[in-house]
Amino acid sequence: MGIDVSRFREAFFDESEEGLATMESGLLALESGQADEDTLHAVFRAAHSIKGGAATFGFPDIAEVTHHLESLLDAARSGQRALGGAEIDALLGAADCVRRQIEAARAGEQIDAALLDPVLRTLEGLQQGGAEPAPVVAPATADTPAQAGWDIHFVPEPDLLRTGNDPIAILRELHRLGACAVRCDASALPALDALTPDALYLDWRVALTGEASESAVREIFAWVEDDCALTVAPLDAAAVDGDHADTAPAVEVEDAAEPGEPPVDATAPSSVTAPVEAAAPEPARARVSTIEQASIRVPVDKVDALINLVGELVITQAAIAQDSAGLDPVEHERLLNGLAELERNTRHLQEAVMSVRMMPVGTVFSRFPRMVRDLAGKLGKQVRLQMAGEATELDKGLIERLVDPLTHLVRNAVDHGIETPEARRAAGKPAAGTLSLAARHESGQVVLEITDDGAGLSRERIVAKARERGLITAEPATDAEVWQLIFEPGFSTADQVTDVSGRGVGMDVVRKNINALSGRMDVSSSLGEGTRLSIRLPLTLAILDGMQVAVGDQIFVLPLGEVIESMQPRPADIEGVAGRPSLLRMRGEFVPILPLRDLMHVDGEAPPLTEAIAVLVEAEGRRAALIVDELIGQQQAVVKSLTTNFRRVDGIAGATILGDGRVALILDVADIVRGMRRAQAA
Amino acid sequence: MQAQAVAERAVEDAESGVATREFLTFALAEEEYGVDILKVQEIRGYDTVTRIPDAPAFIKGVVNLRGTIVPVIDLRLKFNLPRAEYDAFTVMIILNLAERVVGVVVDRVSDVMALTTDQILDPPELGQSVDASYVTGLGSVDDRMLILLDIETMMASQEMALVSKAVTATPATA
Repeated sequence: MGIDVSRFREAFFDESEEGLATMESGLLALESGQADEDTLHAVFRAAHSIKGGAATFGFPDIAEVTHHLESLLDAARSGQRALGGAEIDALLGAADCVRRQIEAARAGEQIDAALLDPVLRTLEGLQQGGAEPAPVVAPATADTPAQAGWDIHFVPEPDLLRTGNDPIAILRELHRLGACAVRCDASALPALDALTPDALYLDWRVALTGEASESAVREIFAWVEDDCALTVAPLDAAAVDGDHADTAPAVEVEDAAEPGEPPVDATAPSSVTAPVEAAAPEPARARVSTIEQASIRVPVDKVDALINLVGELVITQAAIAQDSAGLDPVEHERLLNGLAELERNTRHLQEAVMSVRMMPVGTVFSRFPRMVRDLAGKLGKQVRLQMAGEATELDKGLIERLVDPLTHLVRNAVDHGIETPEARRAAGKPAAGTLSLAARHESGQVVLEITDDGAGLSRERIVAKARERGLITAEPATDAEVWQLIFEPGFSTADQVTDVSGRGVGMDVVRKNINALSGRMDVSSSLGEGTRLSIRLPLTLAILDGMQVAVGDQIFVLPLGEVIESMQPRPADIEGVAGRPSLLRMRGEFVPILPLRDLMHVDGEAPPLTEAIAVLVEAEGRRAALIVDELIGQQQAVVKSLTTNFRRVDGIAGATILGDGRVALILDVADIVRGMRRAQAA
Repeated sequence: MQAQAVAERAVEDAESGVATREFLTFALAEEEYGVDILKVQEIRGYDTVTRIPDAPAFIKGVVNLRGTIVPVIDLRLKFNLPRAEYDAFTVMIILNLAERVVGVVVDRVSDVMALTTDQILDPPELGQSVDASYVTGLGSVDDRMLILLDIETMMASQEMALVSKAVTATPATA
């Protein structure tokens, strides 16, 4: 029986983290009063399964904290106590504690016991405090026949035996809690020739008399919870009597040791009519278990390997398509049809594989309700958080790298955006500020918006601060230009440095992070009404819509999102500075000319400017006209890293493989535009 | 020092009954070089490379090696030997090093040679076109002389311009 459980630990850690997330969102929902009983049950189940896992995998300290968590939740679940602010705080604190414990356990470390003590003490204190009303209830109810025991209806799934569980063992456990009257319903038992030996056709109804608590009863069924329908209802005296009258021909536990034994059929129909309460929890449980079965856990590197292979396939397919382009369509009709089919299938395969990496933005958003709640509490503000479009999907790689910038922006909005309740009331606004997080798809991009109805950005203060810091000399013309100043390094308008944000590092780093994801940030704000920050991101970083351009014998790829338009320059539109053409008029605006041949050190003589193509590009709010020899066309490019075997190169974002197997470099427009600024400054 | 290390490894091998190490040998102009065969992934013909802007002349560019982007180095240019004309017989040795995969263009690949410990001599102080610190020893077989390169250290060095000059820290968020 040498089963090595350690390889299941990762799964336990992952599941526990998901469980903790469920608990956290559930608790927050309970606090705001948006939750029903199901939420409480879900929170309880999450705590319970973490506890079970922790005990199995040998983490007694995690099991201990979750045990206290569970007890408090159980008290709430059975209606013995209400969950107020103090309880929610304690439960959230305990959940945090468990999260730290799990992180530590994952890293193979031991968590400091000093961290656990206060959490445990708070929980125990609450339980004892809460236990006071409970005994009041308990003795009272102990006298009444209603609390004399439990009416347990246990309907296992047919494949319970195949999962290695033994209902008899469960019934024996029950028997230990008190006297049991067990009735077995074998009405579903098929004829012998139709019987599958390892399928379970029976269900049981147990009348348990004694003082066992409901949680103790449910505990026994913990391992089979997902594989059965279970109802535990208080046994009332009438039912006990009635059942006893009925159960005269019933099979006792000890006698039922052979589950195949046919019971007396007279009782069968009556036990099929399950209590009415059973209907409610059953569908919920069934739904949870089907979701679990419909998904599998796969390591990300396996998915990435798959994506790489499909990328290869796309390149090979493109190469074949190119090679076959010259074939006579009549002579090679079948081959060409086959190739067209291959192209379509390849594209669908690529889309399907890419979608595996897609995750809902909600996985990032889910951390914010808690964060906003804690922050608002700390700052003495009232903040209502609204979220929309959590289901919007985005590449996993992007999601992970969005966490930091988004956290920063949300923190900023609560700290600097939303005012104190007094200030808000004075301004005629509701005391509670509204912060909304929204995500949506828009023309092949994902747009994330963080909107607050707070104080808004003050143009005067920003301009004054920018002057003070020497960031600007002249007054910027438009508001948009002023808002861009907040992204400058070292700019922070918060009057005082708070614990929460405003250490002077911030928006510039956020913008850098977003730019690194090929994203764009925009601000709009009006004083006194609020601020909206929007982030535009590509769906994935693995594939890029690119425009191929040629300079000499080299082909470069420009990210399509950064290309505005292209045109052949007319002599009248070219402005020379010191005898060299340096500015080009495009749509009435003069933009600096950047010959790509010079930037990329391509050999050969450049054609005259009027025979070349000017591609207008924009990044970080700056435009430039890149001069190329030729436009080749638009094509999706599978992005390959240059840094895996090489290093970063200025002006180059990565590489891709062309249809003929050659490598083409993908230009980093933002970097090129920044280089232009550096050159100007020098 | 390094020759000593090589010798020690060879001695260890001797204890297990194998007192030899294998080298892939290749030629650059008049000199013959050897690299540890275990670092060699494959040998392939010279493809069209895509040039990299702002790279030293000995970095020919990058090629597509079954989907990964691999830099290609002309060792002749690196060792300041006269430039060779590339033709249909020009080959690249694809090296699989700890940190990266690199292609090196050489005049021709000769063969694989097994050298015993006493065939490996300490490197001389000076005298070849290679920086002495990347030479682990001299192999002598019959009347031929092999310059044994520590290709791993050489490719990881700053002067090969394969690695970024300064390790730029990823921006931390506040």
